[in-house]
Amino acid sequence: MSTDTDTASAPSPAAGGFDNDNRQAGSIADSARDYVNRLRGGDMGSLPAILGLVVLVVIFASLNDRFLTTYNMANLVVQASAIIVLAMGIVFVLLLGEIDLSAGVAGGACATITALMLIDYDWTWWMATLAGVAFGAVIGLAIGSLVSFLGIPSFVVTLAFFLGLQAVPLKLIGSGGSLRFNDPVLRGLSIKNVPVTAGWVAAVVIVVAFAALSLWRYRSLSAKGLIHPPIALVVIRIAVLAVIVLGLTALLNANRSPNPIFDISGIPWAAPVVIALLLFWTYVLTKTRFGRHLYAVGGNAEAARRAGINVLRVRIMAFVICTGMAALAGLLSASYTGKVSPGSGGSNTLLYAVAAAVIGGTSLFGGRGRALDAVIGGLVIATISNGLGLLNQAAYINFVVTGSVLLLAASVDAISRRRRSSAGV
Amino acid sequence: MVEPLLELRGVNKSFGVVHVLHDVDFAVYPGQVTALVGDNGAGKSTLVKIVAGIYGRDSGDYHFEGKKVEVHGPRDVAALGVEVVYQDLALCDNLDIVENMFLGREETTRFGLDEVAMETRARETLASLSVRTVKSVRQSVASLSGGQRQTVAIAKAVLWNSKVVLLDEPTAALGVAQTRQVLDLVRRLADRGLGVVLISHNMGDVLEVADRITALYLGRVAADVSAKDVNHSQIVELITAGRSGDLGIADPATATV
Ligand SMILES: Nc1ncnc2c1ncn2[C@@H]1O[C@H](COP(=O)(O)OP(=O)(O)O)[C@@H](O)[C@H]1O
Ligand SMILES: [Mg+2]
Repeated sequence: MSTDTDTASAPSPAAGGFDNDNRQAGSIADSARDYVNRLRGGDMGSLPAILGLVVLVVIFASLNDRFLTTYNMANLVVQASAIIVLAMGIVFVLLLGEIDLSAGVAGGACATITALMLIDYDWTWWMATLAGVAFGAVIGLAIGSLVSFLGIPSFVVTLAFFLGLQAVPLKLIGSGGSLRFNDPVLRGLSIKNVPVTAGWVAAVVIVVAFAALSLWRYRSLSAKGLIHPPIALVVIRIAVLAVIVLGLTALLNANRSPNPIFDISGIPWAAPVVIALLLFWTYVLTKTRFGRHLYAVGGNAEAARRAGINVLRVRIMAFVICTGMAALAGLLSASYTGKVSPGSGGSNTLLYAVAAAVIGGTSLFGGRGRALDAVIGGLVIATISNGLGLLNQAAYINFVVTGSVLLLAASVDAISRRRRSSAGV
Repeated sequence: MVEPLLELRGVNKSFGVVHVLHDVDFAVYPGQVTALVGDNGAGKSTLVKIVAGIYGRDSGDYHFEGKKVEVHGPRDVAALGVEVVYQDLALCDNLDIVENMFLGREETTRFGLDEVAMETRARETLASLSVRTVKSVRQSVASLSGGQRQTVAIAKAVLWNSKVVLLDEPTAALGVAQTRQVLDLVRRLADRGLGVVLISHNMGDVLEVADRITALYLGRVAADVSAKDVNHSQIVELITAGRSGDLGIADPATATV
């Protein structure tokens, strides 16, 4: 062990380091070992969701020929988008260890407002959308303030809002009625596709931008002697992203029309909406002070308070973001069905979204979660609901399966949390 | 004698009808460790929180670097360069060491958080404190031992070029080896010229690292002495009876809460 001298020698502050200071995860084998250790320690991240997704796809594909058709895949993407967007909002409250039971019906109420603006006031789509999102933000502000200032558990506040908000569409639409949702742009999110060429260009731009950013970051970190992953890992990440993005683009850009007379091809517009939201919120969570403070409040609110963070403001903002995203999810789901009815956003909408976030790897106990979790978990949930739909199962099966999946995800979360605290990862 | 860096004069504090601090004078000197000792309930934590700006004073003056200052909250105190390491640490388990050290005071560039600057400064601070025990500054705090966490909490306090650091029972929950590390760190802080306040119930620790000892007895200062001038049993007497030989409160029997 003649090379192993620096652990024994005195620390050398002149070199800007300290003993045992470890700046890079060495080789790709070290990274793999680190990853396995993290898994063992209970830090599962999105792994269960990705494995689950693979299993589900295999099962449904073997049970039904139509499941793996590109037509159904495109349909699945649109179905998943509303769940993903709602789940992305839910991630923000889950990060604080809170819950929002009203987000689903809030989405329905917001979509009602948007539809009314479109129909009764002839607003353009973006003004109507803004109105819906603003209504959502106000609801979130109310919920957040009640939770923060009065200290009512969010479970109770949002249960009350869950009941109360169902009155909005019921009053504005009337029971049994529905509002058509056929604005060309908003309805087009679900039924229109990005032109094939534009889709390819966007896909290539995303891959190239990701590769450039990752490599640039790698270079600047290693040049400054900061902690960085091994280059092999960086390259693998870029390759995985390229395969997924380009593969999906190829799949969706192929003609998927079941009817030989006309052609359906291109990425459904809902997908770029989801991707834009994913990029935006990932930036907010990982690269801004607000994002850092969200994690801090979720991890240890008292520590955050002593560090001078305005905990009340962070908490209120989380609920505002959650309900604002719920409004967008409500629009996407109205776009998919082409109408808004008093039941929109009710039933298992919220359960789906919470399940999606938790399946994706966001903890119910606060402090852990990513925007990407919502995407992965949302795909799992949409796959379940899409696959069961194709199998023509009775509706009750759907409820049982979804409920079980949520329970399973929550159990994985609780168990990994216990392992984390004992393994100290 | 050097001028005190921070000095409280004639501080009184009551919670409702309970008079917790009586005319307390307390001074912190640069380059010295001042141990604050006293029985449970003597008022140590209350005094620290008054210094930290968390509690207001009913009466008494706050002096910093020889000038009388008005402080109205933790932010004012932090602005003076006074940092507190609380008994219950206040670290976020889900964040790594760098993230914890910069919590609430993150550095940013135009594009968002400046991880490069923060990681560099965190590493420099740990290196300058000769921290030997942490493996990587990007380690999550949940994976650290009690002593390592205490180290991070202390490093966080000195990161801001602070002039005074108050440590409320930093070794209470630690084993022998970890206590050793933390005490060495406390000593190094003082050697760098900081004014350090150490609250501890362990007289061995106090006699080892402290330059001055301030003993509180029922909310009164029983003694403010140089550590060289007292021995173990004298401190214990000051803590338990408020008096030892010619040191201490003239007539402890009349001291009431
Ligand atoms: N927030 C408070 N409200 C009322 N009484 C308090 C409060 N904080 C401390 N006290 C009282 O002040 C006295 C001193 O407490 P403290 O400063 O915590 O003592 P120490 O840290 O020396 O053990 C105790 O009698 C305690 O009950
Ligand atoms: Mg105390």
